[in-house]
Amino acid sequence: MLTGCRVLDCSDQLGWLTGRMLADLGATVVKIDPPGSVSGGPAWQANNFNKQPFPLDLSTGEGFEVLERMLDNADLLIECAQPGSPLAERFDPAALAVRHPKLVHVSITPFGRTGPRSRWQASDLELMAAAGAMSLAGEPGGEPLRVSAPQSYAWAGAHGALGALVALVGRSVIGRGQHVDVSAQGSVIPALAHAPTFVDLLGVTPSRSGAFMTGRAREGARFRAFWPCRDGYLNFILYGGPAGRRSNEQLVAWMADAGAPLGALSEVGWSGFAPTLLNQEQIDRLEEPIGNFFSGITMQSFLEEASRREMLGYPAFTVADISADPQLSARDFWQEQTGADGVRRRYCGAFVMVDGERPAKSAVGELADTLERFGLDPREIAELGNNATEEAA
Amino acid sequence: MSGLMQALQGVKVVEFGGYAAGPHVGKLLANFGAEVVHVESRRLPDGFRLQYPPYRDGRPSTDGGGCFAFFNDSKYGVTLDLKNEAGLELASKLVEWGDIVVENMRPGVMARLGLGYEELRAVNPDLIMLSSCNMGQTGPRANTPGFGSQLTALAGICGLTGKSDTPPMLLYGPYIDFIASTMGAASVLAALEQRRVTGRGAWIDLSQYETGLHFIAGALFEYGDSGRVAERVGNADDQAAPHGCFACRDGKWLTLSCWSDQEFARLAELMALPGLAADPRFQSAEKRLVAAETLHASISQWALGVDAEATAQLLQEGGVHAYPVNSIADLFSDPQLLHRQLWRRRRHPVIGEHNYQFPGFDLSVTPGDVTAPAPCLGADNEAVFLGLLGMEAQEYRRYQERKAFG
Repeated sequence: MLTGCRVLDCSDQLGWLTGRMLADLGATVVKIDPPGSVSGGPAWQANNFNKQPFPLDLSTGEGFEVLERMLDNADLLIECAQPGSPLAERFDPAALAVRHPKLVHVSITPFGRTGPRSRWQASDLELMAAAGAMSLAGEPGGEPLRVSAPQSYAWAGAHGALGALVALVGRSVIGRGQHVDVSAQGSVIPALAHAPTFVDLLGVTPSRSGAFMTGRAREGARFRAFWPCRDGYLNFILYGGPAGRRSNEQLVAWMADAGAPLGALSEVGWSGFAPTLLNQEQIDRLEEPIGNFFSGITMQSFLEEASRREMLGYPAFTVADISADPQLSARDFWQEQTGADGVRRRYCGAFVMVDGERPAKSAVGELADTLERFGLDPREIAELGNNATEEAA
Repeated sequence: MSGLMQALQGVKVVEFGGYAAGPHVGKLLANFGAEVVHVESRRLPDGFRLQYPPYRDGRPSTDGGGCFAFFNDSKYGVTLDLKNEAGLELASKLVEWGDIVVENMRPGVMARLGLGYEELRAVNPDLIMLSSCNMGQTGPRANTPGFGSQLTALAGICGLTGKSDTPPMLLYGPYIDFIASTMGAASVLAALEQRRVTGRGAWIDLSQYETGLHFIAGALFEYGDSGRVAERVGNADDQAAPHGCFACRDGKWLTLSCWSDQEFARLAELMALPGLAADPRFQSAEKRLVAAETLHASISQWALGVDAEATAQLLQEGGVHAYPVNSIADLFSDPQLLHRQLWRRRRHPVIGEHNYQFPGFDLSVTPGDVTAPAPCLGADNEAVFLGLLGMEAQEYRRYQERKAFG
């Protein structure tokens, strides 16, 4: 969908996903990293798939001058220079807007380019803390936790892509590009769902509740959300509402079919089931037979049967389970590519399907051809290529 | 709307569906100038109106809920009975008016209502339609219903949350729905660009599950490449030590991390424990990773004697990564979020004045805004059909008589 759109991606981990999403949507994305820089780790590989790597040292005047010439032929620039750093000065939005009026300039930084904490340093850990996300994960009263796979970088990257596209569409309205200032801290806030509204409307501060769900029952009782099963964990909650009642009813039917003891579950009339009215003892009595049943089944059998019975609930998959999921292969989700080392590797494919098809890896072609389209002349490209090779060696 | 030009001005969006994954797409677009019409019915209002707290006075009411309001600011709200022929006719007129349709029903529901992509394309040939659901429109489990909070578990994210000896954990709400809405909004804008160039519309099939996988793409790649299965490890990191969260004297928590030997030396100095940096167990990142537990014990002891906020300030000034753990209440006084005007107070006719969230990026020329509080149920029926669509009053009355707005 973005065929013809040219992107210069000078991002670090905060912005990798931005260029990846634009590439998935059909843009030509050149990924610029310092020559000889350490890249190629799993997160780099996954999020820079579909881009064309081009080593260029932007810390030197010479290197930045090459980038400036390429910007004359670019629609989008993505950069993550830390505010206050010499590189951030080179990427001064006002100056770039004068020199490249059509350019959409996307800065992705921990806290945004301006403000009292714009120069603060943050990795995923500090960002998840700053955005309030850690306050919602962990045991009640215990240590706040982040997700073990960095999430704030992905939130920032996804918002970078959205901001880039808002500005790209807006270019037709205002006749020029503009600066998109992405704050990773601000980008994580949607992850909190509606938690902020409790503070705002009721003065209540939501907090973490471990493997349980609270806030549903009037007496403050907790419902189990994660249950051990034969090969991992299942996520199932005794919900109310039409979908919840149907799920509970189906689970009990499944347990009865399997000959599992129903205990207190057999006494419940599901059509009027209202979890908000239960106290902890009543919940524990209902959850005991469910726990016993779940401990004997596998994640896969739960997934299949819950889907067949249209029940709410999913297993807590690992990356190994996800990689084997037939739903994903049926939808052509994975893309494979053979690297320079001859090894075939698998990547997440484009994040949406368009007109019934998964957009294929864009026709990346030769880097030299792409660089020519960015206005570099072939001799210069050859020279830059040699320098890069020497440095890498 | 303010008098400023907005990036998405002139873009018209019609939403069918409810909860988070669909409506949050429209909210994101509305904040940058798109005209967004949220379609509900009186018989079946958006599920976020009545099924989810909080309510200003603690009692569920159609227009008094913060959960619905939070994801539906800056939009028009209409009610149409889609089971009624007249209501369907108006839905069709809305689609004809619109550029983009966003829906998050289960696969097949829109088609059964007569509002499938092919039917709508007959009304609006260059329509862009985003269909967002748990599993995507196709595949063996396409019809599986589900909540976003639970889908986050299937997508591996809950399993990566927690300490190694505890079960996985929920991430509070329908976490993955907001990944899907952010990516979904980006995809419809790309489709708008395509339409500008080629005149062609598009049907975008978004599986919320698949979008969530992009948030753990590195771990998935690593499994394919080396067979390593990523696991939850609390707050540990495989490159940095220290890297953790520490209880402080004031009852708050402080996160900090060191990414080089120099940064660790600075931390030790700021902690007034220079011996820490000289300790042979901690003299390289590799050694610190091995001895992380011992190192964290020393930092934990020190943290109990300091306050989180002041110490984060001190550490940052000294060149060390640090931030206090903001509680949800703290977010409303965080100086950086206040500077960016992330929260925007607007007066809702039932809830009163309350906060809405502006997206996490600012535009230099077309700034966008939270232009209005969320609509009450059906509040904009006249404004949309008489105003935006230019319907004659007599025709509108006929639709009223036919109970189209039910």
